[in-house]
Amino acid sequence: MTALAWLIPCALLLGLAGLGAFLWSLHSGQFDDLEGAGWRILEDEDAEPPQQAGHR
Amino acid sequence: MDGAVTKMSAGDDGGLVLATTTLAVANMHCGGCMRKAEMALCAIPGVVGARAHLSAKRVSAMHRVGEVPATQLIEALERVGFVAAELTAASLNKRDAADQDLLRRLGVAGFAAANIMLLSVSVWSSRGADMSPSIQSMFHWLSALIALPAIAYAGVPFFRSAARALALRRVNMDVPISLGVTLATLMSVYQSVRGTQHVYFDAAITLLFFLLLGRFLDQRMRVRAAGAAANLLGLAAGSATVIRDSGALERLSASAVGPGMRILTAAGERFAADGRLLQGTGDVDQSLITGEGTPRGVAPGDFVYAGTINLSGPMILEAATTTEGTLLAEIARLMATAEQARGRYVRLADRAARLYAPLVHALGLMTFIGWLSSGQGWEGALTAAIAVLIITCPCALALAVPAVQVAATSRLFARGILVKAADALERLAEIDTVVFDKTGTLTLGRPSLVNAPAVDPATLVAAASLAAGSRHPYARALVRAAQGLDLPIQPVIGVEEIAGFGLERQTASGRERLGAPVWCGLGAKSGTSTLAYRAADGAVTGFTLADQLRPDAAETTRALKAAGLGLEILSGDRPSAVASIGEALQVDACSAQLLPTQKIARLRELKGAGHKVLMVGDGLNDAPALAAAHASLSPASAADISQTAADAVFQGDALSPVLETLAVARAAHRLALQNFAIALGYNLLFVPLAMAGHVTPLLAAIAMSCSSLAVTANALRLRTCKVTLT
Repeated sequence: MTALAWLIPCALLLGLAGLGAFLWSLHSGQFDDLEGAGWRILEDEDAEPPQQAGHR
Repeated sequence: MDGAVTKMSAGDDGGLVLATTTLAVANMHCGGCMRKAEMALCAIPGVVGARAHLSAKRVSAMHRVGEVPATQLIEALERVGFVAAELTAASLNKRDAADQDLLRRLGVAGFAAANIMLLSVSVWSSRGADMSPSIQSMFHWLSALIALPAIAYAGVPFFRSAARALALRRVNMDVPISLGVTLATLMSVYQSVRGTQHVYFDAAITLLFFLLLGRFLDQRMRVRAAGAAANLLGLAAGSATVIRDSGALERLSASAVGPGMRILTAAGERFAADGRLLQGTGDVDQSLITGEGTPRGVAPGDFVYAGTINLSGPMILEAATTTEGTLLAEIARLMATAEQARGRYVRLADRAARLYAPLVHALGLMTFIGWLSSGQGWEGALTAAIAVLIITCPCALALAVPAVQVAATSRLFARGILVKAADALERLAEIDTVVFDKTGTLTLGRPSLVNAPAVDPATLVAAASLAAGSRHPYARALVRAAQGLDLPIQPVIGVEEIAGFGLERQTASGRERLGAPVWCGLGAKSGTSTLAYRAADGAVTGFTLADQLRPDAAETTRALKAAGLGLEILSGDRPSAVASIGEALQVDACSAQLLPTQKIARLRELKGAGHKVLMVGDGLNDAPALAAAHASLSPASAADISQTAADAVFQGDALSPVLETLAVARAAHRLALQNFAIALGYNLLFVPLAMAGHVTPLLAAIAMSCSSLAVTANALRLRTCKVTLT
């Protein structure tokens, strides 16, 4: 049963990390345009060195 | 970052003040389009970055404040082949906030539900086996630790809505939800303290998760439809050519036109603002305002309305102050009163809640009294009573309507019908009478060539070639007619547009003319001709142009009739024009030459006779009627005030969307009722168990999840199943 002492915190921390990642990606606008994001991944060239974040 | 086209401007020191302009782009379909639009905008000096949103069909450009006017952005997009328009701040702001808020709460609820379920499943699966009471208790406390903050955060939308309803002394679906969730949580904390097995944290948080999911999807679909409708309006608003005091011409977006500005409007263009005519004489097509098909003659000093079309030469008008637009002010006043008269519509789910909530609370009370009188202690009685409230917490019932609405709205969205009002589908399902406006609704609202078969194809080609460069509605109609017959149009050069008369071209063999019949020498024998073409050799051909019925108007009205709906036409046009349309569509109840007030009066009469009326209209004169009717639809070509007033907007030349909308709305209503039946069926199964005190947390979790899933699956059928209006 001692395994529980570290397995449960591990599971919860991993879950929290997932939640944190979701909230961060939501905040950084990654869910704003799902359709467009699917297309952007197919673009090869980077026209200019990325400089300024285009999202809010 | 993540693929947006950005660029560095020289000397960029970060102290720059940037502004964002958002444009609607109509024809952006793929990744290539996105890139093209972004590159085109970034090439403009002063633009720092651009990002396209494909699902919203919008592009945001970040630029230095005051350096880049919106028209420059639009022109840049037009040069690479896009149709674009600026969106006003009003149509942008409300979009994301509510959406993102729900998604954030959904994420938190999802995290909590998954982790609590993990703990609960291990407790359930080890029942009677090797789990010691102390570990079980620890698992319950861990669940509480996750559940309490998560429920407090994720439940806010429901608690708030329930509190609002109670403050107004009403009951809506959120009241039993909030009560169920709160009681389940409180009892679980109490039972954790006592160390028993009746802990329902998982049921409470899963319930919130499902409900938030339904609410989020519902919200997102509506936001999408409203965004698309705002795009349509923005694209229709177009731009205006303003004459500055210096005499310089400047292109402004229509929303930027202020009172007192002088606006130059070319032949065939729509006036961008209400105003008094300063220069120019001729005809104005004001069917969008009055529903009347015949053009009105105007002279300097006359008042013209935004949205009407200049049919003659260039005209200059002085934009009026908003108070001067007496017609608009009158329409706005009528709309305000009409909306008040419509009153508050009580939604299906809330009507169900009004029946359901008292019943459930009575059952809970009965259980409590029953157990108490049978000699059980008050603690056991209370546990059983709360179990009843938890099991009857209307998860499936609350999902029943939103799930169906999401399926129905997205189905309509895919067919170009944008449902904007939240309760529109429910109101549409109750319709038994459809009232149409004539011009622009039953008809296309633009002239088309009627006598094409009588015209020699070679002549039509010659006339259409001459017309190809003109923006006049009549010229456009000729070009469309020629294209419709697959005739080759050769663009010609050297065409002169003679204001008030037509088009002229000097050829080697003589003068070619296309324009007013008299000017072309058709003279007294012009008959019904509205336009004439004189070839270089002097032969004159007359063209008859008229506003024609939408291609499937007759079919649609027939189908509506077959479905048992009453039909009526209310028009502002001449009686003869209305009567002929009524005859063609076999609609008996036709009224002509109606003022907006008379349209409302007729709707009120129908309402008084117990009918639920759907108003389909496009003109400014229809706007009050659209607001007054039980439900309303308008085509995307409608005046913007009408589009805003309508519950839903449909795109394209066909009238069949009216049929489709009603059919889907009725199917949605049927599915919602089925969903209620499913939800109640589950309750009938489990309530007796709860009253008998046999509901374990495992049973509660299974019952709630299964009923939610069953209801959602049933709703999703609407995406694919065939619907017909019956």
